[in-house]
Amino acid sequence: MNTRHITLNVNGTDHAIEVEPRRTLADTLRDQCGLTGTHLGCEHGVCGACTIIVDDAPVRACLMFGVQAEGRLIRTVEGLADGQTLSPLQQSFWDNHGLQCGFCTPGFLMLATWLLERETMIDEAELRHVLSSNLCRCTGYQNILKAVREAAKGLGKWTESAPA
Amino acid sequence: MKPAAFDYYAPLTTEAALALLAEHGEEGKILAGGQSLVPTMAFRLARPATLIDINRIASLDFCRADDEVLRIGALTRHARFETPFLPGPLGALLADVAHNIAHTPIRSRGTFCGSLAHADPASEWCCTALTLGATMVVANHVSERRVAVADWFQSLFTTALQPDELLTEARLPLRDESWRYGFYEFNRRAGDFALAMSVVALRLEGGVVREAQIGLGGVGTTPILAKDAAAALIGQAPGEAAWGIAAELAATCFEPTEDINASPEYRRDLVRAVTKRALRKAVA
Amino acid sequence: MKWSGQRLPRLEDPALLRGEGSFTADIAIGARCVRFVRSPYASGRIVSIKPPPDMPAGTLLVTGRDVAQLGAIRPTLARFNYAAIGQPVLPLERVHFVGQAIAAVVAATPELAEDLADLVMVDIDPEAAVVDLDAAIAPGAPVLHAESPGNVLVEGKLRQPACDEAFAGATHIEELGLRSRRQNATPMEARGGCASFDRATGRVRLTASCQMPHMLRTGIATVLDMPEADLQVIAPDVGGGFGQKMALFPEYPLLVWLARRHRGSFAWIEDRNENLIASAHSRDQRHVIRGAFDADGTLRALDVDILSNVGAFSCYPITCGVEPLMALAEYPGPYKVPAYAARARGITTNTCPMAPYRGVSRPIITFGIERLMERAAQALGVDPIALRRRNLVSSFPYRTATGMTLDAASYIEAMDLAAAAADLPGFRERQAVARRAGRYLGIGFSVFNERTGYGTPAFAARSMGIVPGYEVVDIAMTPAGEVEARIGASPHGQGLRTTLAQLIADRLGMAPAQVRIVHGDTDRTPYGWGSFASRGMVIAGGACQIAADKLAERLRQAAAVVLQASAETIVLRDGQAFAGDASVPIAELARLAHQRSDIFGTPDGEGRFNLAETASYDPGGTFSNACHVAEVEVDAETGHVRIERYVVVEDAGRLINPMIADGQVHGGVAQGIASALFEEIIYAEDGNILTGSLADYLPPTAAEIPVIEIIHLETISDASITGAKGLGEGGSIGAPAAIANAISDALAPFGVDITELPATPARIRALLRGREPRA
Repeated sequence: MNTRHITLNVNGTDHAIEVEPRRTLADTLRDQCGLTGTHLGCEHGVCGACTIIVDDAPVRACLMFGVQAEGRLIRTVEGLADGQTLSPLQQSFWDNHGLQCGFCTPGFLMLATWLLERETMIDEAELRHVLSSNLCRCTGYQNILKAVREAAKGLGKWTESAPA
Repeated sequence: MKPAAFDYYAPLTTEAALALLAEHGEEGKILAGGQSLVPTMAFRLARPATLIDINRIASLDFCRADDEVLRIGALTRHARFETPFLPGPLGALLADVAHNIAHTPIRSRGTFCGSLAHADPASEWCCTALTLGATMVVANHVSERRVAVADWFQSLFTTALQPDELLTEARLPLRDESWRYGFYEFNRRAGDFALAMSVVALRLEGGVVREAQIGLGGVGTTPILAKDAAAALIGQAPGEAAWGIAAELAATCFEPTEDINASPEYRRDLVRAVTKRALRKAVA
Repeated sequence: MKWSGQRLPRLEDPALLRGEGSFTADIAIGARCVRFVRSPYASGRIVSIKPPPDMPAGTLLVTGRDVAQLGAIRPTLARFNYAAIGQPVLPLERVHFVGQAIAAVVAATPELAEDLADLVMVDIDPEAAVVDLDAAIAPGAPVLHAESPGNVLVEGKLRQPACDEAFAGATHIEELGLRSRRQNATPMEARGGCASFDRATGRVRLTASCQMPHMLRTGIATVLDMPEADLQVIAPDVGGGFGQKMALFPEYPLLVWLARRHRGSFAWIEDRNENLIASAHSRDQRHVIRGAFDADGTLRALDVDILSNVGAFSCYPITCGVEPLMALAEYPGPYKVPAYAARARGITTNTCPMAPYRGVSRPIITFGIERLMERAAQALGVDPIALRRRNLVSSFPYRTATGMTLDAASYIEAMDLAAAAADLPGFRERQAVARRAGRYLGIGFSVFNERTGYGTPAFAARSMGIVPGYEVVDIAMTPAGEVEARIGASPHGQGLRTTLAQLIADRLGMAPAQVRIVHGDTDRTPYGWGSFASRGMVIAGGACQIAADKLAERLRQAAAVVLQASAETIVLRDGQAFAGDASVPIAELARLAHQRSDIFGTPDGEGRFNLAETASYDPGGTFSNACHVAEVEVDAETGHVRIERYVVVEDAGRLINPMIADGQVHGGVAQGIASALFEEIIYAEDGNILTGSLADYLPPTAAEIPVIEIIHLETISDASITGAKGLGEGGSIGAPAAIANAISDALAPFGVDITELPATPARIRALLRGREPRA
């Protein structure tokens, strides 16, 4: 089998691993790095369950190959909490019942983490626009939107009117 | 849904990439953003033997306005355009178009040139490039050539790009201040490929339309220009009456594709609507 | 403090939020990878299935020949008009639908397994296929199963004598033909399983993304003819089910067979394409309904004819009767139907088998009866709300035409509250203004009830060979004073770990955090049925309440000894047992009971002071109810529908955790909106599926789902001992009708209405094309 030895930096930790070039980044994180928090819901880039952050941009981990991520800074759901202490966004998901089965949750958390880290203010239209990237089958999105909205308010990133 | 095996190269220079393309010919495939290619590989509808990943070629990562053209390098991601890259109506158009391409995480990877090379008939950039009269810069390991967008789209997912060629850059003409642009697409769900879209460019002078282009996407095997519809606008005052005539001509200027989302009649309905709405947006 | 009724954040959440949940694919890492080879033909004879010439070392190919000795999956209904067809684990002779598993390969990685599956040499002689339900019952249609020459697998019929008379004497007969297109429940986690053989014990542990672990164990043991005790089934974190994960699919017995045969671990993680084409489909139905009305709008009789396309096989254990027979039994819904006639048929076709999906037939029958009410009102010139009010059941209990008992509910109150919340007069003004500007707004109501907590009697009435119903809970206190409640039900997102802990905590005077709900493991939980049919809160909740009360009584007896008081005076509160001012921590009682039985003597002769109890609950069923209101704008040029406002007035009795209840409504409504506007599995005539990706099959996103406003009523009925009624399915039941009515209202100037779902933009444009609005 044609494999490569690469090192991936995930959540600040280096993982020296061996992968086939065809292995997606999502599968690489799960199988080679043991980080199973990144879930696979469709493997063709529509559902967003595998959304992670690579070099400060949200990406579908099923649409990159593991070998492409060498030298990049990868962030996954496992890197959000500080030990048992949830990030403000995770806490907001908990407080606002932003998850039911929990399968799509890591993807939404990473997408929204990126959204909240941007410098721009967020309004309802932008929130819905960005969150429409990912599919959830349980919540009807109501409490996911609410969780991110409340987290944005807590971080001083929320605006009721459209940004200029 | 795992891709078939392939050999993988990640060259650091365009020359190295072109040498690899020359070596692998039909078996080699360029990997840029991968947002269309990788899903196709996941379904094993594409099984390239070799992938040449250009993401590490720093010299292809540029986007700048030079003289009369906007030069868009092969690694310019869709997201680059979301906050207007240029002042004025063209920057606003490109931002509007970019904002409607798939979803945020797709836009942070997918590239402008990759869309043109893939040539999905429902690609927003393809329709935009055709309407605005883009020029493609393509290179193989021995030479470089330019292809006018009119000669670019040949059939479904097929362009003038040869197997040993790389689309290194796309150029959009920067038009003067008298031009206005509009974009409208219809899809069933946010971010999906459009069932129909229209990009329009109008030059207004003295209260009438002096020049016009109307591009349509998602309606046939390639994006198309609705030339009769555009011609009908010349000399007309912008407004509902003119838009209605143009939309009607646009709706009947093509052989619609039929698929699970739209019958031919429905595609014509949609073209009528999106053309009218793109025109309205252009002068709003 | 009382925990029930609190919006308590869920106990399940922290691990899921940290990415530390444990789903089947997470557990499967390291197992050998199984990939199924699936039929490319909808119908055909298998000539041969052969390995590629150079099978790599360490790989396996399993075909129907290898498993020919295994039993078929054959669910039964004890009805003369049910054909008990069997589904082979892997077929030997014929294929029946595109996507049917016809062989399995095993390799070290999922990529290699897929490579190998692509190389298996499949030779099938295609035969004529039939995919459409009307075509399947037309004369000369291809026959799928010899047991069922007319392709009707199940048929139910009833005709009350008063029916014909009522139609003969009716002032107005409203007749309506309806079509509901096929859907896939589409849980975000597709199916999957990992079967591991334990060489020390000879047992197999199957971890599977399922809703009914005990039933899966029974089903697999039956098919493999193996000791049931040698199989442990675990439902770990399950990424949604919505009914799709109830059935015994052939893939699971095959995994267990592989694990036993090859004494190892074998995992199959379904991909999305497989899930869309080969898991289970639902809602492919056609109805003709007729209502006999008096001049004042009183419904005198209802006559319905239901065709349900149940696909190629019958789902185990619920059977393919689930859709047609539910439609037959529950069509009248919350309305008084003095005379009723119904015929319901389950039609087999060369398509993916049908399985229950949230709401089962009720989204469609509600669509039917609510369109009927609207149309009749229009024809009779009666206000549709008034017409409904005249016909809604208003005194309880009410015995329906099909013998069901409707317990206390709030049908009229919910509708009136919804109409007020929707500001109907204000809307009509806005609608009129908009119409003058060429914009088409519409409002639609949907009044319905939702039978929940079906116990044994409800399922037994269907004559099922396997009758689900009861739930059992084993409750016990650890020596350290925590409560463990082991339940047979198997939640997968519904938050039962939290709500059941709230219920139990209140009965024991403890905090929910001290209550552990153990579920999803056949080794650790009593035999039970699972989570489906909006039954978890009602039935598992009822069992937990009974068990907790019994345990509380034991704690009071223990406290009585320790505090030297009489048991009747003991109060459990705040983690303590009180006798007047004297108290003892419950944790101390637990320790003493386990470790100092000498203190207690052995009151019940058990040789110890037992802090364990078992309880079961098996209610007849209870009906929750709701009224949904949708406000839409239809873009007449494109056919696009935008939902401007959505209001739900829901009555699910006592709410144990209102936050979780709201979440169930939200999710249900979103799926109902999907049924109404977006999702459709489409087959080509040859039986190939055209919607095999999430780019073609369209679950809606956050951009399509509007804000969902919820108002709760709490009618407490004695049909549920906790006072709680189920509400898991209501959202998806009510939404299609409300939206179809809203679109129909919006398009009234064009003289068209919605009789087919989903009401896609293309279908709406097809209705409007060539029509001009009346002024």
